[in-house]
Amino acid sequence: MTTASAEPKGIARLQMEEEQLISESLLKRALRRLWHDRLTMTAIGVIAILAILSIGAPFISEQILNTDYSRVDMAATFLKPGEQGHILGTDDLGRDHLARLLWGGQVSLGIGFTAAILSITIGVSIGIFTGYYGGIVDDLIMWFITTINSIPSLFLLLIFAALFDPGPLGLILVLGFLGWTGTTRLVRGETFSLREREFVISARAAGATDLRIMFVHILPNLISIVVVTLAIDIGVLILVESGLSYLGLGVPPPTPSWGNMLTDSQSFINRAPHLVILPGLLITITVLCLYVIGDGIRDAFDPTIVD
Amino acid sequence: MLKYTVRRLIQGIPTFFGITVLSYMLMLAAPGNPIELLTFDPNISVEAREKLAIQAGLNDPWPLQYLTWLIGNDWRPVDMNANGVLEEGEYGVRQGILRGDFGRSFFYKRAAITVIGDRIPATLELGVAALITSLVLGIPIGVIAAIRRGGIFDNFSRVMAVVFNAVPSFWLGIMMILFFGSILGLLPMNGRCGTVLVGGCPPLYARLEYLIMPTFVLAAGGIAGYSRYMRTSMLETISRDYIRTAHAKGLPGRTVWFKHAARNAMIPIATFLGPALTGLWGGAVITERVFGWPGVGRLAVEAVTQRDYPVVMAIVILGAVSTIIGYIVSDILYALIDPRIRFS
Repeated sequence: MTTASAEPKGIARLQMEEEQLISESLLKRALRRLWHDRLTMTAIGVIAILAILSIGAPFISEQILNTDYSRVDMAATFLKPGEQGHILGTDDLGRDHLARLLWGGQVSLGIGFTAAILSITIGVSIGIFTGYYGGIVDDLIMWFITTINSIPSLFLLLIFAALFDPGPLGLILVLGFLGWTGTTRLVRGETFSLREREFVISARAAGATDLRIMFVHILPNLISIVVVTLAIDIGVLILVESGLSYLGLGVPPPTPSWGNMLTDSQSFINRAPHLVILPGLLITITVLCLYVIGDGIRDAFDPTIVD
Repeated sequence: MLKYTVRRLIQGIPTFFGITVLSYMLMLAAPGNPIELLTFDPNISVEAREKLAIQAGLNDPWPLQYLTWLIGNDWRPVDMNANGVLEEGEYGVRQGILRGDFGRSFFYKRAAITVIGDRIPATLELGVAALITSLVLGIPIGVIAAIRRGGIFDNFSRVMAVVFNAVPSFWLGIMMILFFGSILGLLPMNGRCGTVLVGGCPPLYARLEYLIMPTFVLAAGGIAGYSRYMRTSMLETISRDYIRTAHAKGLPGRTVWFKHAARNAMIPIATFLGPALTGLWGGAVITERVFGWPGVGRLAVEAVTQRDYPVVMAIVILGAVSTIIGYIVSDILYALIDPRIRFS
């Protein structure tokens, strides 16, 4: 629906957009938009602070807090925040809560981040491959994905976790190898439409190999999908890890993770609510920020949104 | 219609076999000697062990073992008294999972299927309540958010949806217990009448207060998802020509929104039944643990930690089958409700 009065404005706008497109690459434009998106930048800032604190956990707990995540002190259990120099109090075994939160952050963020990268790598590779070749390979892989998706994923995770008693490393592998199906579907669909485009046809005519077309010509066009999925997947996997650890099947104690710190927390919910509130709050804030970042990046890359 | 249903059912068969093969592989990879798990006796004599192994079919090649697990062995001769000779009329006793025989639970010493059967009412109660809650809250929130697009309610519902997706469900449950159970003392903190108590459970309406918190925790993700989805679908419907026509012929706004737009916007929700079922199964595992709910989800965790493989396998297969059926039903439902889709 274009009315006569709106038309000149529309054309001017189109010309402006066209100039922008010529003068600015898609990536540059996306970065510029991100920079002006306050909500997303705040979320990135929060995640950065949490990441720095988690990476610095060994240093902070040894040098500043003078303690360790596993130092048990049965004479000082359930201290309230601030008592006897424990800034956030102590837990049921007298371990410093702040130190455990920092170390837990290292474990939870580390597992979420690494597992997400693993699952994205698998998902994108299979997605491009099956989307590009199609045919019987595609049918087989899609059947496999339907099969995996028909089993409630938590059941599969439970079984793997119980069978192989994984430590943090095993957990990364299990989460990574079970979480790729969504990415594959997304990437496969996108590759389907990309492989019919002119630039792919011309690359093929110029004699490019299939591998080169897939990874040099098609992959860069998937960058926004990959980055958005990565941000959201990290969040989802942190949630899954925390759930598994809460059930006692994730990160084994005494190594703290934000999830396993809550495993027995229900039994002292009245005595020390702060032990219950903080780990969950940190998970929520982290995942929330990651979702916001994912959304922000999606908008920044969206060519239909005019700034 | 019938043809379409049959075709969808046939399409489900390869998926089902994929699941059985996958879960059987997992069980084979499981650590621990099945005989020891069966008897809990490490000092069992070699002969007795051998006899048990023959009876359980553990010396067969694994494709045969898989077949036995799938369709049973009561149709073929098996050396059940383990004397090395196949006597006349000596057949196996297992019926296979296709006939509902998932073997005996190592832990409960009963048929795995009855162990699960005892737990199903509790999970069904919670799952149905959560599904209804998420639909009854999610759909109207989405419709109103779309009508008042950009308003306070729309922004509020958007923030709520993101937060509900970011909160770990077990922590949401613990926080509700802390607030409504511990601080306010309004709702019971956990527990529901057990499964095999003498006299059974009081009727549902007499113990609704136990259901409130678990239902909300299990429904939180659904409320968020449905409200977002409904908002998008509603916005798309509102931009259609027939809505403009309805407005133009002077119908009151409410009639247009709810009678013309919302009803059509709700059609795609039907496709959510399949994924919703997977979500409910998975969510039940955590929610039932938090609230001490005696359902299948908690049984799954217990069985996994006790290495009670027959029960684990039965839960996985039943969960998967219900999901497959959920997907098929939602496809058929979608085609039934939407007159634009034809069965051909």
